[in-house]
Amino acid sequence: MREEIGKIQVQVRRGGPDDGRLVDYEVPLLASQTVLDVVTWIQRNLEPALSYRFACRVGMCGSCAMTVNGRPRWTCRSHVTDVMKDGRIRIEPLRNLPVIKDLACDLSGFFDKWQRAEGAFVPTQTRKDSLAPIAPQEPARQAASAGIECINCAVCYAACDAVEQNPEYLGPAALNRAWTLVNDARDGGNRARLQAVTGPGGCQSCHSQQGCTSHCPNALNPTRSIAGLKQAAARAWLRGEL
Amino acid sequence: MLDFRLYLAQRISAMILAPLVLLHLGVMIYAVQGGLSAEEILGRTRDSLWWGSVYGLFVLAVAVHAAIGLRVIVAEWFGPGKRSLDLLMWLVMLGLLTLGGRAVYAVTLA
Ligand code: SF4
Ligand code: SF4
Ligand code: FES
Repeated sequence: MREEIGKIQVQVRRGGPDDGRLVDYEVPLLASQTVLDVVTWIQRNLEPALSYRFACRVGMCGSCAMTVNGRPRWTCRSHVTDVMKDGRIRIEPLRNLPVIKDLACDLSGFFDKWQRAEGAFVPTQTRKDSLAPIAPQEPARQAASAGIECINCAVCYAACDAVEQNPEYLGPAALNRAWTLVNDARDGGNRARLQAVTGPGGCQSCHSQQGCTSHCPNALNPTRSIAGLKQAAARAWLRGEL
Repeated sequence: MLDFRLYLAQRISAMILAPLVLLHLGVMIYAVQGGLSAEEILGRTRDSLWWGSVYGLFVLAVAVHAAIGLRVIVAEWFGPGKRSLDLLMWLVMLGLLTLGGRAVYAVTLA
């Protein structure tokens, strides 16, 4: 057991979709403690019915994102000492997503948009063909690599004001995914993809203000990906493909 | 609320506006040297195909750019339906075209 080095005053949003309220808890402050550790401590010691979501606890699965002191974060890799303000932490569910209960959001709308943005790989070869030769330094490969490490955590989506204003907007994560596929030489779905990402709520709704980029825990740059999509779509429009 | 073609039209009109605004500012600075008079301005612009086309294009680009930009702002702040947005956009565009067109006509052809 790590040594207790103080106390944290924690507020957690509790309740269903329509009866949300902030509840106060006092939690021991420990060294190297994450916000997810705090939530887990509350659930184990004070509030067994507290609902929240996590899986890997090491920043791989993308399921633990919450709003911490007003900002969306991956809680399993956010240290309490980095985010605490005057000994206090307020923990709420992610913005722009319907709450199910307490800190757990319904992410189906978020993932439906990945489908709507044609975020699924469209193969052009079979297993009988040989592997596609793609040099690591090719610009398209580099552009795909820059966006590929997304963990689907929806932090960017919660940070995006364009999503808040226009619930139809596909959002940074789905568009970033589409951009990685636009740059995948093996993929054959680009015509439909560029049509999908320029339809209602498409990439043209992005303000380029980089709320997504400044909050992405994996330091991805969805704003740049969306700018790439806009350019690629403009070229497709000139070719008469939109 | 923003169609991709409208988005493109706004980007293209911005690309047209950027050099024209610089040209306009440059001419203004040049024109006020040694005082500003109506004769001097009209002497430059009257019957000039060049200035007529430059400012005609300017007005066209402004009308397109401003109408689409306002559409986006109104859509995001007040969230009206698509039909009201379309109506607003066309009214603003026509209004700017009329005002700007009259001014260009006045200094070139009238
Ligand atoms: S840059 Fe675009 S996608 Fe990113 S937060 Fe802003 S509007 Fe949303
Ligand atoms: S782009 Fe970044 S913030 Fe958005 S879902 Fe992927 S990892 Fe999370
Ligand atoms: S629990 Fe998996 S990323 Fe945080």
